[in-house]
Amino acid sequence: MTDLTRLTIAEARSKLTAKEITAVELTQAYLGAIDAANGALNAYVAVTPEKALAMAKASDERIAGGKAGTLEGIPLGIKDLFCTEGVHTQAASHILDGFKPQYESTVTQNLWNDGAVMLGKLNMDEFAMGSSNESSYYGPVKNPWRATGSTMDLVPGGSSGGSAAAVAAFLCAGATATDTGGSIRQPAAFTGTVGIKPTYGRCSRWGIVAFASSLDQAGPIARDVRDAAIMLKSMASVDAKDTTSVDLPVPDYEKSLGQSLKGMKIGIPKEYRVDGMPGEIETLWQQGIAWLKDAGAEIVDISLPHTKYALPAYYIVAPAEASSNLARYDGVRYGLRVDGKDIADMYEKTRAAGFGTEVKRRIMIGTYVLSAGYYDAYYLQAQKVRTLIKRDFEQAFHAGVDAILTPATPSSAFGIADAELAADPVKMYLNDIFTVTVNMAGLPGLSVPAGLDAKGLPLGLQLIGKPFEEETLFKTAHVIEQAAGRFAPARWW
Amino acid sequence: MSVDLATVKRVARLARIAVSEEEAQRMTGELNGILGFVEQLSEVDVTGVEPMTSVTPMAMKKRVDAVTDGNKADDIVANAPNSERNFFLVPKVVE
Repeated sequence: MTDLTRLTIAEARSKLTAKEITAVELTQAYLGAIDAANGALNAYVAVTPEKALAMAKASDERIAGGKAGTLEGIPLGIKDLFCTEGVHTQAASHILDGFKPQYESTVTQNLWNDGAVMLGKLNMDEFAMGSSNESSYYGPVKNPWRATGSTMDLVPGGSSGGSAAAVAAFLCAGATATDTGGSIRQPAAFTGTVGIKPTYGRCSRWGIVAFASSLDQAGPIARDVRDAAIMLKSMASVDAKDTTSVDLPVPDYEKSLGQSLKGMKIGIPKEYRVDGMPGEIETLWQQGIAWLKDAGAEIVDISLPHTKYALPAYYIVAPAEASSNLARYDGVRYGLRVDGKDIADMYEKTRAAGFGTEVKRRIMIGTYVLSAGYYDAYYLQAQKVRTLIKRDFEQAFHAGVDAILTPATPSSAFGIADAELAADPVKMYLNDIFTVTVNMAGLPGLSVPAGLDAKGLPLGLQLIGKPFEEETLFKTAHVIEQAAGRFAPARWW
Repeated sequence: MSVDLATVKRVARLARIAVSEEEAQRMTGELNGILGFVEQLSEVDVTGVEPMTSVTPMAMKKRVDAVTDGNKADDIVANAPNSERNFFLVPKVVE
């Protein structure tokens, strides 16, 4: 029998509908694959086989009864940041030890309402803070990709490293992820998968553990553009429980695939050509430009002059919001408690033991920039710069640009425990240099695999769109995917 | 701007995170590295620029002022490290 885990969501959907396979068979295939691979890759922090099989059985009954949903019987992995009722939800942090929510996040509920099956919870950087999945309390995730002829372990990127690795290694058909500064797009680029961060407000944030509320957005990581479109349609919704959820109908994104690019204007921002960027990234970018030109799009040079300020502004805004969001972890209502001589001592000991190094660092930065006397110099200045970053994009779109093409990351995947990156937090932060502008401006951004570098590792291109024009990104990414082909790692695990 | 050891300890106190002398030393260097990096924002001319308060221009949604949820005391304390009769238990706060 063919390996069912190799089917894309769209392929599995046709086979399930045609009753060639059952949801239980498909789910069992994935559970077997997880069992065989998770010891090596560490992509899942919790696997839920009984729940998965019960959901698959119910899916088979709905298919038999002609009541199949749009994701009926499709086995998915869920990032540990999403609240799932009665199931491990710890944001890969020690401070949420034992936390099992009494409720379901809106995004995951949408997926279950459409018939999807939950395989388990996926590893991530602690509280989504990181670009390598190394800050997880559960240890790093290994990238299923290795350089040609090498046995060195590479990071899958972060923070949605477990999601990206699980999708690339065929341990789920697709995964939920979240993106605050690049946490969907960078791991997608590092693993040869497709990831989209939709426009801020497209997916409800209700029931997703908060990191930086004005930047956080959920989105899918999938094996190809079509699967990402199918998943986003289900994840996105209008939700009264999130006041920043936008009142716009959710389009059928899959329908935009195959549409012509004729007459489209693609902007190429010169500020994304940074010092020290490998020549291969530039070559990939030029290749992407050529593909889109061949498909009938017009290529225009644009300028986004405040690009270089996006990352420093992000490292004020995101830690500031994180320091307030993470104030709730105090050892009283949930998770870890370390006893102390009085209540303040208990708070301090609990938070010292419960948070990892990177999370503490960001809480400290956030607390400092919001403290009396520094608010104007840091936070207010950063929010004004943010207005300018958004204005740059608005001016480009106003001048007729439909979408912007950039590299997704400044390099391919790097090694686990890279000494240079570990010694300098700012160096690690530079990984998000191409993705963070999109969060600052609230725009949709998609990362699509576009080729392999000389080491045989995947590289991605990023498409940035106008607010709520995810369809433009899907149709453009589909053209790149058709030209570039798809990429899967050689199995070593 | 840069921080010294005393400031780092004060910020840790504000953030309610216990830090050892050694950790505070290490954090001082790291925080100064990050603050040095964000320092470049001061060169941006922001005259007349409004700070961003919302990425999408939209009016805050308001719902009807009605009780739509509640009576979930058991759910609320279900994950508490220490609770009794639907109260959260904490060390003595008042002498």
